[in-house]
Amino acid sequence: MSGTRVIDEASPLTQPSPPRGRGQGEGAGPYSLPGDHGLHRQLEKTWSPATGPLRWFMQIDHHVIGKRFIITAFIWFALGGVLAALMRIQLSRPGNTFLSADLYNQIFTMHGTTMMFLFAVPVMEAVAIYMIPLLVGSRALAFPRLTAFSYYMFLFGGIMLYTAFFLNIGPDAGWFSYVPLASPEFAPGKRVDIWSQLVNFTEISAIAVAIELIVTILKQRTPGMSVNRMPLYVWSMLVTAFMIIFAMPAVMVGSLYLLLDRLVGTHLFNVAEGGDPLLWQHLFWFFGHPEVYIIFIPALGMVSSIITTFCRRPVFGYTAMVLSQVATGFIGFGLWVHHMFTTGLPQSGESFFTAASMMIAIPSGIQIFCWIATIWMGRPVYKPPLMFVLGFVAIFVLGGLSGVMVASIPIDLQVHDTFFVVAHLHYVLIGGAVFPLLGALYYWFPKITGRLMNDRAGHVSFWLIFIGFNLTFFPMHKLGLIGMPRRVYTYLSETGWGQLNLLATIGSVVLALGFLTYFINALVCAKRGEFAGANPWDGPTLEWATDSPPPHYNFIHMPVVSSTEPLWHAPEHAPLVTGLSTTAKEVLITRTFDAEPDHRYTYPAPSAWPFLTALATAGIFLGLLFTPWAFVIGLPIASLMAVGWFWPTTPQKEGDAPQDSATASEAVA
Amino acid sequence: MKRVLVVLAALTLISCEREERKFRQTPAEAALQKRERLVSLVAGPYTPDVKIDGPYAYNAHGISEGKRLFSWYNCVGCHANGGGGMGPPLMDERWIYGSDPEQIFATIVEGRPNGMPSFRGKIPDHQVWQLVAYVQSLSGNVPKDAAGGRQENMQVRKQEQSIPDLEPEKAPAEHP
Amino acid sequence: MTIVLMTGIQSALNPAGVQAEKIARLWDLFFWVSAVVYVLVMIFLLAALLRRRPEIVPNATSPRVRAAVSIATGLTVLTLFALLTASIFTGRSLSDVPERAIQIGVTGKQWWWHIEYDDTDKSKRITTANEITIPVGMPVTVHLQTSDVIHSFWVPNLHGKRDLIPGRRLTWTFSADRPGVYRGQCAEFCGYQHAKMALWINALPAAEYASWLEASRKSSKIPSTPEERKGQEVFMSSPCPLCHTIGGTEAAGKTGPDLTHFASRRSIGAASVPNRREFLAHWIVDAQHFKPGSLMPSMTLEPGQLEPLVVYLESLR
Repeated sequence: MSGTRVIDEASPLTQPSPPRGRGQGEGAGPYSLPGDHGLHRQLEKTWSPATGPLRWFMQIDHHVIGKRFIITAFIWFALGGVLAALMRIQLSRPGNTFLSADLYNQIFTMHGTTMMFLFAVPVMEAVAIYMIPLLVGSRALAFPRLTAFSYYMFLFGGIMLYTAFFLNIGPDAGWFSYVPLASPEFAPGKRVDIWSQLVNFTEISAIAVAIELIVTILKQRTPGMSVNRMPLYVWSMLVTAFMIIFAMPAVMVGSLYLLLDRLVGTHLFNVAEGGDPLLWQHLFWFFGHPEVYIIFIPALGMVSSIITTFCRRPVFGYTAMVLSQVATGFIGFGLWVHHMFTTGLPQSGESFFTAASMMIAIPSGIQIFCWIATIWMGRPVYKPPLMFVLGFVAIFVLGGLSGVMVASIPIDLQVHDTFFVVAHLHYVLIGGAVFPLLGALYYWFPKITGRLMNDRAGHVSFWLIFIGFNLTFFPMHKLGLIGMPRRVYTYLSETGWGQLNLLATIGSVVLALGFLTYFINALVCAKRGEFAGANPWDGPTLEWATDSPPPHYNFIHMPVVSSTEPLWHAPEHAPLVTGLSTTAKEVLITRTFDAEPDHRYTYPAPSAWPFLTALATAGIFLGLLFTPWAFVIGLPIASLMAVGWFWPTTPQKEGDAPQDSATASEAVA
Repeated sequence: MKRVLVVLAALTLISCEREERKFRQTPAEAALQKRERLVSLVAGPYTPDVKIDGPYAYNAHGISEGKRLFSWYNCVGCHANGGGGMGPPLMDERWIYGSDPEQIFATIVEGRPNGMPSFRGKIPDHQVWQLVAYVQSLSGNVPKDAAGGRQENMQVRKQEQSIPDLEPEKAPAEHP
Repeated sequence: MTIVLMTGIQSALNPAGVQAEKIARLWDLFFWVSAVVYVLVMIFLLAALLRRRPEIVPNATSPRVRAAVSIATGLTVLTLFALLTASIFTGRSLSDVPERAIQIGVTGKQWWWHIEYDDTDKSKRITTANEITIPVGMPVTVHLQTSDVIHSFWVPNLHGKRDLIPGRRLTWTFSADRPGVYRGQCAEFCGYQHAKMALWINALPAAEYASWLEASRKSSKIPSTPEERKGQEVFMSSPCPLCHTIGGTEAAGKTGPDLTHFASRRSIGAASVPNRREFLAHWIVDAQHFKPGSLMPSMTLEPGQLEPLVVYLESLR
């Protein structure tokens, strides 16, 4: 329903919300019906997560897995941050002996590996696991047992990596593990093998989640949510998921080849026997460049969500925004050689990649302009989520501009593999992904926990992070230009790099304090924050149409939407879908483009098979590093686990289950 | 939480021996250079020889360094890549002058009749121990996870981590 | 090194050669354009935040705003196209390699640079390490190879970097336009001591270069004092000759740096330690102290051997 809507000064966004208890199943706003309370209890029982002593291993509910995923990803983030702090201490003055050369090399490898494989992509997927079903108006995420399996694979991979690091088997050849430095002759022992297997763990996890997201977004949207009414965050996750499926196999193949070379004795990267070290670089960067867009594009969606709510209007230029995200996804696959400009590839070929690398700035720029236009025409509310978004704009645009610089081959020939690139990548990754992530977590914190984070601490943490970040990474642009290469454990005092490095280290202390403030705010408020209610920010999208935290079934009735901002345009008694079973875990499956109801699908009960399968798979992966017998012993075991997983269950017969009946006048079947 | 920290501390202390990078010779390693006895007759009651492992026997980096030095000090000139030529092969189970680490050490440092030069004073002792470990790996006598993989050049035999373990033959009674 | 390096001795912002100059000019263009773009975006953002708002019509689309976004997009495309063109032209001009250039072979090793001046006349070949001497104003083409892992040759004052990749021989041409000493560093992570794999380029005026060539083509200096002779004996009887070459002697090891004119170099260990007596003595006895993991082992010498050895090595000008 279009038309004007006067900002209501009494909106929950501008007034403190009254204290409310945990949701009683009344739902919120226009999508509830009288008599919902009884349905709530029935549905809660049907959709309840696992119980019993082994319940931790049996959870498949997307809320539970999503929360675990987010928390685990942030634990890896904290560890990666500690590693970064150690590096900054070592580099704070020339000739420092705080860390030995070997330990420093392990630490920067672990930092990059942790942040890129264990934090950046998984946390974006984790937020999506929790939020996407709520945003598309569905009861569940597709393939819940696969979701659990991907969480366990992710967890086991991280545990393997960090256990190895504490045993002095941490990888030490860089997070990109170039050959021949990572070949058996120059990297003896198991260190690089651990890295290669970690890649397998995390990529399996990522691809599985990507599949779930694509299916959920394309087939489980609530009726009325045609593709042109999907929230921009849902679009961003759709694009990201497709990118994951196309990009991850390249690095899995690469790490497989590396393992074959190291353990089996193949020569894929051995020049003397016909291989080529550049093959590794192509395989890795064909993944590596889309990887950073996989990290970045979900953040774009988060920014759109936050700007919509906190500027009180939908984002300007919906179609342009969608097309920009899709274009970024496509073009992102055509940039990878810009990581190889110094390898002596033919210049005409390299120039193509310069052009593509610059061209990708256009869709990103369009999005920035549309957001500024949204702010221009909206009414900003300066809560911490919006502050993080504004910080994102300030930092990411700078990072994008330094990206245009490194896209130019002559400039890249000077700044490649220097601290200039370190500055660029942190500007675009922290500015472009972590800032929106922190804003989005603040924004969705009340939905996930039922309580609000503290605004004052939120503002303080924002400013500490913003100032600390710039103090840390801005000087690195200059450091790169005056000759400081990357991945150096120390430098001579005569180089004159000491002062800027010291400044960067001081900045990193401020940055760490900022992150600490944010996390303490989150941890304390999760238990003792002010109660939030269903829609504390007066947001427009469907996740705000249910309790905070949401019941395990998300929505009592499937809402029918007719706009991109359903809650801002819903009539008093909005149409909704009834008829889904209350005693079986039924999810409404709709058609791909127009979201018309298609059929119902029953989802499985909680199960420990995903855990067991992940355990068996992890055993195979770890064992393979030491003996090929791991395959022989492990594969039958893993297959047995899979058999248990897919063992058919008797489907509940139609007519057995009391259906969700509602008063006919409001019901849309 | 405290339990987790204690476990983590214990893990760091274990610090896998295979993965250590020992860049300098430690005094303990220097003490291992005991001289080989030239006869089997000893004074006093019979005391069995204590078998010691060389300092790099379980150390992947040490074995890898030994492989590099095998080429750099031109051991390949007589022994090829283990198959032998002017010198005897090193990848079989026949050890003319003994297969114990200190016997191999003595072979390299003292030299042997029929053409093995003495490298005393020409190769630093810790590098000799690295060579010892590598030579042992040629016949599979080091743990497979520490043995080397394939090299970055033309391959003439299987990588050390894939060769079978060859139990050294008992040395003949009378020597040298 | 008590020589405090002048600011800009390893800096892309202080070009001393024609190639680095072209890149620096391109950098200036990109920098100022980026600065202007950034300031503009921030101005518009602040204006959007701070403007006084009339009655909000949240779903309306103002044609003025739509025009502004379209114009901004168009300007972005044009700006990027202009920058792309500038970049491509600079790249093309950088790849105009002059025909006659001095040819120098550079082989990267963990963690030092093996330098060879080739010549059809074998007696005129020069082998050295970690320092390249070139004449001012003449183009120099380095032939880049590696004997182990990927390294990267980078002397920012003179040109961008080029990788040294196993199995490939890449050429890279640069020139120095003014005399001076320029520092370079390996720029591709290559193992434990990647941080200390630096090199020096000495750009000499033509006459000085000619005399350097002549001096370097000579064999090593014969020891003239008893202490130098003793030092040479110590050298020959230690492990040293198995790795190092001293031209004109029996020491012909190929795996370590050539020491024929060692004392004429300003540093030890690929620019990680100054080439002075006290450092040299310490380096020989315990190189692992300066460069842990480097392939020069720590040496045990008898008392009374180290001093003459150092004297001998310092005589090798």
